[in-house]
Amino acid sequence: MPENEIKKAKEPFRFYTRLNLSELTGMKASDLGELLECLKKAPESAIYHHTHRFLQQHQYLSPEPPNDFAYWVSNVLGERRLGEHLASIDTIGFNNINDLRQKFISVIKDYLKENPSAKLKFASNEEALYFVKSISFIFPTNYLAYDLAEFLDILKKITIDSVYFHIFESRLRLAKGTNDFSKWIKESIGDSKLASDISKLDPYSYTLEELKDRIIKITEARLGV
Amino acid sequence: MAKINEYIPVVGQPVIDDLRLLGEKLTGKVIQNINSTSVGGGVAEILNRMLPLLKELGVDARWDLVKGGSQFFEVTKKFHNALHGRREDVSRRDFEVFMETSRENIEELNTYGDIVFVHDPQPIALVTKKKDNKWIWRCHVDVSNPNRRVWRFLKGFISQYDASVFSAPSFAQDIPIRQFLISPSIDPLSDKNKELPQETIDSVLNKYGISKDKPIITQISRFDALKDPVGVIKAYKKVKQRIDCRLILAGGTAADDPEGVRVLEETREAAAGDADIHILLLPQNDIEVNALQRASTVIMQKSIKEGFGLTVSEALWKAKPVVASNVGGISLQVKHKYSGLLCHSIDGAAFELKQLLNNPQYGKKLGENGKEHVRNNFLITRHLRDYMLLFLSLYHNEDTVYL
Repeated sequence: MPENEIKKAKEPFRFYTRLNLSELTGMKASDLGELLECLKKAPESAIYHHTHRFLQQHQYLSPEPPNDFAYWVSNVLGERRLGEHLASIDTIGFNNINDLRQKFISVIKDYLKENPSAKLKFASNEEALYFVKSISFIFPTNYLAYDLAEFLDILKKITIDSVYFHIFESRLRLAKGTNDFSKWIKESIGDSKLASDISKLDPYSYTLEELKDRIIKITEARLGV
Repeated sequence: MAKINEYIPVVGQPVIDDLRLLGEKLTGKVIQNINSTSVGGGVAEILNRMLPLLKELGVDARWDLVKGGSQFFEVTKKFHNALHGRREDVSRRDFEVFMETSRENIEELNTYGDIVFVHDPQPIALVTKKKDNKWIWRCHVDVSNPNRRVWRFLKGFISQYDASVFSAPSFAQDIPIRQFLISPSIDPLSDKNKELPQETIDSVLNKYGISKDKPIITQISRFDALKDPVGVIKAYKKVKQRIDCRLILAGGTAADDPEGVRVLEETREAAAGDADIHILLLPQNDIEVNALQRASTVIMQKSIKEGFGLTVSEALWKAKPVVASNVGGISLQVKHKYSGLLCHSIDGAAFELKQLLNNPQYGKKLGENGKEHVRNNFLITRHLRDYMLLFLSLYHNEDTVYL
């Protein structure tokens, strides 16, 4: 897109943010059998919490480890092979939390069939996996973009929580299938190429800061700035 | 006291913008905090820092105290220890003393808040005054393995609240109300955590006659059996057989902690005859605590139980390597071998201290990782955000809330 042609959007893009509060569920797992039971029964917001928490709380650790289940199975139970299987589950390949939940369950079940003795490993009370769920609060910020230049400007200012909301939350938890940025850029700006470039990023393999920088760079390149 | 905008260089402008938006959503609500002491101990410290900031964000946060005599505080200290799982002889008379003082407080204290935010067990019985306002019980204690008798007694009150807050996942209880998980925090701009010039650090060391000739191991804690100061001395003595070093045990006693004097005596006895052990009583001297932490080579927190163990975050914020017990909220702050070392025994602590003293580069890396972990998760700005979300959650039952 030539730099002198900044196209106005059909609809402006309102930046939202989402902040999480953790709520205890009262469910805990001390061994793989209990982990399976918890995975089956836990609310979606708990599966979400344990597969996305690391992105927020351990930015310096990202992109590894990608979820609490993998971390706990490897580091507390010492089942590193299963931990690796769980870590390599491609979270971005799932459009809703329940499919992701089923994937975790099937990977653990398959592993236990081949390695029944793994059932005997258990964690102390201090090291048990306590299931926590995320209560998400979503609210609009004061930022509104009417074209890509404004979008880029605002992107540089907003929190990683806002990036997180528009990339992860809307895509997966709200089962929208794509991310909000790509959707707006495609539908309101009409730039399918930029929309697709952003959509193709695997957000789970970046820290949130890196992801934000990456989207800024792609947009800058597209605008020729 | 720092203003909210002074945190922008530490956490960034957008984080502060979000806090202001949340503050606006709480306009018109009065948040009434209630605890038992305005000085000493972690709860008073957190409230002293947070309330002015909440007010600046537009939240009408206030603070009231319950009263009690020495008998009452002796009983609540017993409760505290019993909740931590320590064997305590809690008699029927103790429960009576607790209820007598509670009745006086129920009569005298006006619970005017739209949200009444009660901290720890001392004011817990006030909830019997609950009308159509919202009540939260904030548990600052490690209740992963509580004395069942004391817990059952308190549970009768807790069940009457709208929500509860615990500091670590393992503290979750079988109670019929919502249980939120909120870690406490440190204030990076407070006297205890702000950057200090080397001259200040040196002058504090001079004041207490501590030479920098050897590596320094430090534990900052109240003199409380649950902080295991005698265990720290035993670990230090094992290290000392191989590596010449100093040990600093420094801390104060809280107004509601009558047991402190006895523990201090035991600690002094254990340290007798070793000039390299420095036992310092520092009630509420935050600059000195800060200086001692910054002067240290390794920081310890060898607690037997912890409500959370914020001294660990204080040490990590100063990029110091930490050896800490794997109890309470400490495992949230220290990821073993990544942002510090966790131990389970005196021998384990001694082994890890030696590792860190002999490998300064390893310690440096752990400290740097720890500082970033604290920046992301244990600063007061995150705590302000969680508390405001908690207040808002009382008016919403769903998992996804659109404000």
